Amino acid sequence: MRYLTARKRAEGKGASHTGTEHHWFMTVSAVGLALIIPVWLFIIGRALGSDFATVQATFARPIPAITTALVLVAGLQHFNKGFQIMIEDYTHGTTRKAFVTLMTAFTYGLMATGLFALAKMAL
Amino acid sequence: MTAAGFSVKTVTESPILSEIGAEPIEGTVMAGETKGVQRPLSPHLQIYRWHIPMLTSILTRVTGNALIASALLIVWWLIAAATSESYFNLANGLLTSFVGDVVMSLSLLGVWYHFLAGLRHLYYDAGKGLDIPTAEKLGMACLIGSVVLTVLTIVII
Repeated sequence: MRYLTARKRAEGKGASHTGTEHHWFMTVSAVGLALIIPVWLFIIGRALGSDFATVQATFARPIPAITTALVLVAGLQHFNKGFQIMIEDYTHGTTRKAFVTLMTAFTYGLMATGLFALAKMAL
Repeated sequence: MTAAGFSVKTVTESPILSEIGAEPIEGTVMAGETKGVQRPLSPHLQIYRWHIPMLTSILTRVTGNALIASALLIVWWLIAAATSESYFNLANGLLTSFVGDVVMSLSLLGVWYHFLAGLRHLYYDAGKGLDIPTAEKLGMACLIGSVVLTVLTIVII
């Protein structure tokens, strides 16, 4: 008999080996995205197909730049975690780890690239 | 019909499974359960009859993951706009060409579908709308709603 509480013995033994952080993150980011995506669709929809000067001027304004940055940060993290679950559903072992790692690197790379482009136009 | 990984023992009618349209899985024993290493992978798409909650759930995953292609295109367009006018004209021209319009319209449909399905998920998470008639209605609402919102968005833009 070890001096451990029942909780300590149970922790990490579930299917996910962790708590509910992943699910909670998806819930919070989903609500956040639900608020900004409708606005952003109109911003990006209007900007697509405009001429160079108009696009530069658009992303120099605070609302389009901030909304796009939020969509990139929240959206791509939401994507990355969602993708992770899909991979965990369909693959095991090294394949799983490789896919999750590579997609995480790709996601953050894409996010950083988008933010750089926004910063360059906004500042 | 059985999926790989199931070994068939005896037929047991499950009222819950037949309700969701699944064929009865007979006295299932997961292969590898005894080894404790190779746990079964989801989903066993081939053993279920297609129905609205299932279709709409799968579409949520498909749209969510497919949207990375749209994100890649938008970030490419942004970086082109931040680079030079000639590079912007190339990216902008491609994204607003006929093929570009088709891809962007499909992306829009994907976003709106995933948006509605996500809201439905939040509703489900609250423990509501889980009975089959309601779930089917919500599924149809996501399917029809996404098309309506896409058309509306294109009209307004």
